[in-house]
Amino acid sequence: MSDSYEPVIVGFLCNWCSYRAADLAGTARMHYAPNMRAIRVMCSARVEPQFVFKALREGADGVLIAGCHPGECHYVEGNIKTLRRYYLLKRLVRQLGIEAERVQLCWASASEGNVLAEAVNRMTAQLRALGPLRWRQTVLSEDGEESAAAPVAVAKEV
Amino acid sequence: MAGGEKPKFAMYWAAGCGGCEISMLNIGERILAVDEAFEIVFWPCAADFKRDDVAGYPDGWIDLCLFNGAICSTENEEMAHLLRRKAKLLVAFGSCAHEGGIPALANLTTREEVLRTAFLEGPSIDNPRSLLPELHCRVPEGELEIPALKSRVRTLDQVVPVDYAIPGCPPEPPQIWAVLEAVIRGAELPPPGGTRVIGAGHLAVCEECPLAKSEKAIERFYMPHEIVPEPGICLLEQGLVCMGVATRSGCGALCPKVNMPCRGCYGLLDEVEDQGANLVAAIGSVIGAGAAGQSDEELERRIEAVIDTLPDPAGTFYRYNLARSLLHRARVAGDGAAKGGAK
Repeated sequence: MSDSYEPVIVGFLCNWCSYRAADLAGTARMHYAPNMRAIRVMCSARVEPQFVFKALREGADGVLIAGCHPGECHYVEGNIKTLRRYYLLKRLVRQLGIEAERVQLCWASASEGNVLAEAVNRMTAQLRALGPLRWRQTVLSEDGEESAAAPVAVAKEV
Repeated sequence: MAGGEKPKFAMYWAAGCGGCEISMLNIGERILAVDEAFEIVFWPCAADFKRDDVAGYPDGWIDLCLFNGAICSTENEEMAHLLRRKAKLLVAFGSCAHEGGIPALANLTTREEVLRTAFLEGPSIDNPRSLLPELHCRVPEGELEIPALKSRVRTLDQVVPVDYAIPGCPPEPPQIWAVLEAVIRGAELPPPGGTRVIGAGHLAVCEECPLAKSEKAIERFYMPHEIVPEPGICLLEQGLVCMGVATRSGCGALCPKVNMPCRGCYGLLDEVEDQGANLVAAIGSVIGAGAAGQSDEELERRIEAVIDTLPDPAGTFYRYNLARSLLHRARVAGDGAAKGGAK
């Protein structure tokens, strides 16, 4: 398992900057790690902390939130709110025993395909060094008690 | 209920503090109406029935079982399975059964650490021989066995299917009575299927809170003992971590009405999967620091300085609901938990 380990990053990209940065990286044929699964959101502030925990529980090894640079938010200060939540979320992430590198934030404007690509490359390398998270299999199944009655039991053990 | 027989009532106390039982008695003299309407067939706190009595009842024979407390031991688990089999309606009663409650804070650490704190290191512990509970021990009368602690605390519905949940730490007596009265009257309960919350509201506590609310920009957080709040003004605006913004209503905003910040005991709202995460969203975004034009370093320094005034965010935001959260527990081998802190 570990020799074929490829980190999975769930990337939440804001519609106005970072998704376009990803688009630009693609049209410019930049080569970067294919480990991020991009999800377009209207604003980085749309990313509820719930989304982050859900991604980590359901098999992601890391979550990248990307938005416009501060001062350039399409919704004036959505990204500042994202930043405030992000720093608070990071405290919870650390208390829950998840390495800080697994939840990251980056700013990439629509012209910065290279910035986004570099962030994904860097994060992929960090996650590769950390190893897989595999939350359900490792954290929740210590004594085989992920019960069939659990309302949240969705993923199968693989 | 056929043949004029009274419906059968049971109440059980698993991993909880007993406050739910007290709250049940706090319905006052209406407890007599409960006794009149139901035949009590199991209620260890109030009547002398044993586990073996319950095991002898036919399956589905108990009409209503209120189950309080989380599932943290093999005993809790066994009783949950037994009562599920014997009861037509199994109700998760109170925060612990519904969301893990205070016992589920153990999920931030390990079973070994919990035992060490409880038996060796707690400030009120006097245990000179450093005795820890043993699962088996020999006494002159024979071998004794005590239940084992599970590696994580779970909600009742993570162990057996549950029909309804009545939230609260503890559930408020008028809400308990409203549910019991509906059952006695034979009123129609919401259709079962999954754990339906009854005996509570569907909006946030803020909707029931009379304090004046305006723009929020928190420059530092306060613990309740650190300030005397201005009367009549939203406690969150004053920097107290009032969790009413992401907590289900139904309590009547009892705490904020007396200037105590909401502790979040009525649990997560409908459509929410993780109350702690929702509190990060709600409370994080009203931190009054950081503005466009500041450098990344300055933004970080200013925002972190505010967050530094909020000790133990996970223990605060997940105070009653860690077992029900998306991640269920902390990963203790990870760096944060090993160091035992948020920083």
